[in-house]
Amino acid sequence: MSGAVRASIPSKPRLGIMKFASCDGCQLTILDLEDHLLDLLERFDLVEFAEASSYRSSGPFDVVLVEGSISTPEQAEEIVRIRRETPLLVTIGACATTGGIQALRNWADHDAYRAAIYANPEYVESLATSTPISDHVAVDAELRGCPIAPEQLLELLTALVVGRRPQLPDEAVCLECKRRGTVCVLVTGTGPCLGPVTFTGCGAMCPAFARGCYGCFGPREGANAASLAHWFGRDGRSDADTARLFSGFTANAKPFRDVIDNLGGPPVAATKGEKA
Amino acid sequence: MHGTNVTTNEHRFEVAGLTRVEGEGSLRLVVRDGQVTEAQLAIFEAPRYFERLVVGRTPDEVLDIVARICGICPVAYQMSAVHAFEDLAGIAVDPAVRSLRRLLYCGEWIESHALHVYLLHAPDFLGVANAVELAALDRPAVERGLALKKAGNRIVSILGGRPIHPVSVRVGGFSKAPTKRELQAMRADLDAALGHAIATVDWVSTFVAPEFEREERFVSLRHPDEYPMNDGRIVSSDGVDLAPTDWESAFHEEQVPWSHALQSHMGDRIPYLLGPAARITLAGDRLHPEARAALDRIGLAEAIRRNPYWSIAARAVELVHAVAEAIDIVDGYVPPEVSARPYAAGPGRACWATEAPRGLLFHHYELDERGLIASAKIVPPTSQNQAAIEADMTSFAPSILDLPHDAATHKLEQLIRSYDPCISCATHFLDLTVEPAR
Repeated sequence: MSGAVRASIPSKPRLGIMKFASCDGCQLTILDLEDHLLDLLERFDLVEFAEASSYRSSGPFDVVLVEGSISTPEQAEEIVRIRRETPLLVTIGACATTGGIQALRNWADHDAYRAAIYANPEYVESLATSTPISDHVAVDAELRGCPIAPEQLLELLTALVVGRRPQLPDEAVCLECKRRGTVCVLVTGTGPCLGPVTFTGCGAMCPAFARGCYGCFGPREGANAASLAHWFGRDGRSDADTARLFSGFTANAKPFRDVIDNLGGPPVAATKGEKA
Repeated sequence: MHGTNVTTNEHRFEVAGLTRVEGEGSLRLVVRDGQVTEAQLAIFEAPRYFERLVVGRTPDEVLDIVARICGICPVAYQMSAVHAFEDLAGIAVDPAVRSLRRLLYCGEWIESHALHVYLLHAPDFLGVANAVELAALDRPAVERGLALKKAGNRIVSILGGRPIHPVSVRVGGFSKAPTKRELQAMRADLDAALGHAIATVDWVSTFVAPEFEREERFVSLRHPDEYPMNDGRIVSSDGVDLAPTDWESAFHEEQVPWSHALQSHMGDRIPYLLGPAARITLAGDRLHPEARAALDRIGLAEAIRRNPYWSIAARAVELVHAVAEAIDIVDGYVPPEVSARPYAAGPGRACWATEAPRGLLFHHYELDERGLIASAKIVPPTSQNQAAIEADMTSFAPSILDLPHDAATHKLEQLIRSYDPCISCATHFLDLTVEPAR
């Protein structure tokens, strides 16, 4: 099992799993690897995973998996510290890799948001934006998805312990849909679908459930989101309704963000500056 | 007499980062001269402003968005929202759809309760730090828990594509309802899971819980025929009886300086408790016969009612209920004629409450003339339980003052964990009806 390829990672890596602004779902995906969980955790020295273990560590680590976006001043400082303590930093999920659904506030007036929620907003520390980890520090690998795909997580962790590169798909949802034999929802008219521009990993789940893809794995590299948006417009969809389609869990990823900006912003932008 | 020789006798217990709970929180208890001066469950999870994020969205978009409030109980958020929108539109779903939604909720209860019982809570009773250490003591137990969790996840995946943030729930029904064959495919797993769930009840009944009696004030849904999930009236130990649309007429929220979650009270600042113990106490006569038999066999109904540490037994009994009911639904399933009834959103007030794994989850949306969300209020169970948890910390304090400091702190942390707080859920409290900043 040993070899030069794994030189930088020890045989039983010190693993930290932590979160910033998020729903805990990507960490839960680790616990959802039910059949493999105990065997897998024996391969690591799990020093920090507050959701599932009472042991705490602030580092150093060999590997860290981070869920969640950066949305408070403390988080912006903490990720820089974690990066210093960690040779291999992996971001997991749509929040960590794009800013998540909460990044819709990047288009809005944050003070109005906060005041709308809290009678006493001064109790609440929060940045005006929700941003991906890679806006703050260098990231060594990313798992996409809202939530991440368990198969990809297992592949990543297995690759880590045996010291090889993880094999992660780099295809659009469309290819997965074809392999699955699902009839195209754009062709049947079931719905607008972001499948042509979205990373797969979900197994083309939404079309299989008779609805269009809503882009939760984010834009794949080189995706021509602007062209897809243009075609939605030619079908008679208003700019606002096309922007709405891209204003989801990976809205802040650049190709989607550009589409939203060109079409006048996400639905919540209509409330900009408004007091509750 | 004049205080010249008085030394302050102060005990201070703090856990800066609670572990084995969902999300980020801390606890702090200060006892001075025998009096509790501070008892705080602080929730410092970063706010994500969900109630604002849904403004301008369509009801179907809301179902996808509110799921993301919580990775552990996304179905609960979809259920409260979808019932609110259907109630406003006057849609009666196909009876098969109604059953499928109960099945979906059973899946989530199983997944969430198995996670909490085996991976988060049992380690406290057995003196270990996590499930890996628990497996070193008793690997078959952990494997049983994981098998149960997997069975719950499988139900949600078959109905909704994946266990976390499933994709099929739509206003009016499902985007696609499963075939009879697809449901039958998990029948053998469910049979095995029923055995695991019953074994879980017997296993936790051997645990030794710290002595503690809390004041009984529970709130849950109650239905004439069913154990409460998606339907029923809001009832309490002291006589509340409301339609699921009318939560706001008896409860209210307020902000406290130490927490990012709004706290809820009943009437005149009265804390109350939601969740498995509340449901078993207020609707235990509606449990599935398999679950009722398990509860009667271990004889812990009274302990569940009085002592929050025994919530683990309540969760175990609900595991039996959820698996047994899932089996009944699978066996009786006849697919709906159409997966979803047609729906057109219109203006008005859309409210509903359902039973999340951790208790009553209330949603209130105002829809504008275009059928888009104008405002939203979402009241998750953990923010409602917060005040009761703090009240319980206060009444628990005297029993730990004579213990060594670390042991006392551990007992307090264990007390917090027994409520299964879901801090990711609790932090999002965006109440658009609250007055603007002063």
